[in-house]
Amino acid sequence: MSVSSSLHSLAGDSRILVCCGSGGVGKTTTAAVLAMQAAELGRRAVVVTIDPARRLADAMGLAELTNEPTRVTMDAPGELWAMMLDTSATFDALVRRHAADPEQVERIFANRFYRNISGALSGTQEYMAAEKLYELHHDDRFDVVVIDTPPTRNALDFLDAPGRLTRFLDHRLYRVLMAPTKIGLKVMNVAAQAFLKTISKVVGGEVIADVIGFFQAFDGMEAGFRDRAVAVMALLRDDSTRYVIVASPRHDTVTEAAFFADKLSDNGIEVAAVVINRLHPDFQDATLSEWSDSRSAEVAAGDEPAAPAVAARQGAPSAAEPIGSDHYAELAANLAELRLVAALESAAVEPLLDRIGDAKVFRVPLLAGDVHDLTGLAEIGTHLFPR
Amino acid sequence: MDSLQFFSASRLVIVAGKGGVGKTTVTAVLARAAADAGLRVLVVDVEGKAGLPGLLGEPAHATFGYEDRVLVAGLGPDGTGQVGGRSISADQALADYLNDHGFGRVSKRLASIGVLDVVSTAAPGIEDILVLGKIKQLERSGVADLIIVDGPAAGHAITFLQAAAGLLDAVKVGPIETQARDVLEMLGDPDRCQVMLVALPEETPVNELIETSYSLEDRIGVALTPVVINGIYPERNLPTDDEVLASLPADLRAAAEFRQARCTLQRDQLTRLANDLPLPQLRLPFIFTAGLSAEDVVRLAADLTKAIERLP
Repeated sequence: MSVSSSLHSLAGDSRILVCCGSGGVGKTTTAAVLAMQAAELGRRAVVVTIDPARRLADAMGLAELTNEPTRVTMDAPGELWAMMLDTSATFDALVRRHAADPEQVERIFANRFYRNISGALSGTQEYMAAEKLYELHHDDRFDVVVIDTPPTRNALDFLDAPGRLTRFLDHRLYRVLMAPTKIGLKVMNVAAQAFLKTISKVVGGEVIADVIGFFQAFDGMEAGFRDRAVAVMALLRDDSTRYVIVASPRHDTVTEAAFFADKLSDNGIEVAAVVINRLHPDFQDATLSEWSDSRSAEVAAGDEPAAPAVAARQGAPSAAEPIGSDHYAELAANLAELRLVAALESAAVEPLLDRIGDAKVFRVPLLAGDVHDLTGLAEIGTHLFPR
Repeated sequence: MDSLQFFSASRLVIVAGKGGVGKTTVTAVLARAAADAGLRVLVVDVEGKAGLPGLLGEPAHATFGYEDRVLVAGLGPDGTGQVGGRSISADQALADYLNDHGFGRVSKRLASIGVLDVVSTAAPGIEDILVLGKIKQLERSGVADLIIVDGPAAGHAITFLQAAAGLLDAVKVGPIETQARDVLEMLGDPDRCQVMLVALPEETPVNELIETSYSLEDRIGVALTPVVINGIYPERNLPTDDEVLASLPADLRAAAEFRQARCTLQRDQLTRLANDLPLPQLRLPFIFTAGLSAEDVVRLAADLTKAIERLP
């Protein structure tokens, strides 16, 4: 088995790939590269991004990303499509699907409470991402859906989000609020009335009126929403859905990634692969020429992070003798600093690697430049899918 | 600019920026720098993230409690400087709020049936306003000379700060309306509150910084401090001549080329930022490590103070 077999099979066999990790670690770019690779392998892939990723759109040669998949021009046996999640539009579509008639749709869309919850709020965004995933999974145009998760504070929000509305619909307060419409406000029990009065005092009566109005408009759709939520949650836990954890090699993001790995495991989900982005290169594979043998060995002390650690942190190159070139001390200090950070980063990733079982690990170096186009994405791809 | 004057410009500073740019680092560095100037500082975490206590000298996995705790004291020229830390969660802020407003008896019951969950679904932004309301209360009470909030990640910063305006649209009466009005007043008063935006010297974070600056000023009317650019590679005097480079051993050459490329990239981005955003920049160096220590924060605090003193 080659090193890249796991990611090749991920891009080649999976029906759904979910990229998770904290903000700023390169989830969106990783998702795009995985989808590109699937297209290279002859599959019809769609990548869904949650962040407004203008740079990704630019890199793919698209004017903009919208809530509908757009085909990317790419010379590959398969197809690459890209879209950006629009939370409100996805929620609107869900309401249209489950509503009994156009009047019900109108009533819901006109409700201020609905307008509030359908926007980009924490919880709703995760729920709509999962919903979109389900929709695309059942879309005949695509063989594989690659999605990046919202940068949530709680790693489990994405897995749980569809269940939240279901729980909301089962909530005691919901039943209290719905009671008046079913049995008339007059017979609403005293405790419930006192309760509503208290909430009205705190948030104001209008909010309660809006909520009741929403529930009334929503009436009859709960079953449809609940069934859909159950189906979406089942899909997120299905074997054909694979999870890729993305992290950068720093203690804080590794801690978050490890936390996510634990939570996936608590949910009985195996991590399929780990991608570590933005690793400093250690320049170890650069061939040493004869004049460096003695000197750079002193400076770099490659295997032992402790020695260069002291030198670089004090800003004093350890190979202090100025030899031949005025630049030598600077060159040596530069190499020592970069190797030091590479060694520390490599150590920082260890706690994550301990937690992920047999999942393959892919290391993507910090590139010298930004990603501007498909070629840039392909360059990252060479680290995920070595030829 | 005098650094003490800078740190005393407003009682509250909210640190914001895209995920991964080092908001928590900048919160710790600003806190330490202000304490080193003799101020009593309180840092506030609103997301229950780990990391901030560790950067201020606590054990690595320490977290803040709802009560404030002094982390380091006796700093500054007269030993008056200190840094305390606490967290604020919406649930606790709601309980406090209900207690303070004569709903003490029902507050337990409201909490027990998970009412915040439902009410926050009903009136989004209410969690944010509860947290901001609590911060406003701290700002008013004078518990510290400077309160620094490690703001929410990513795009949530704007919705967080917009919560007050958004809620005023939805809630027309009652104590929440009063609360939202008070918060809005605080956010709009540059003598009370400023936002410190953080970015890395890379294309996407710089783009986002520029967009966020204009959104915050236009939509919320909040004052901005100079922006902080984090993680700048210190420049080194490396050879650029191709012939010299070609004569070097491969590892030295590759490392030199890598450093030059990153430095060129960051210079371009810093120039672009200066052209597109008329706010002064405070630059913090990249530290060659995979996670900052409390000592690194002390060093960066000195760098920040120097950068502030160089401001006109």
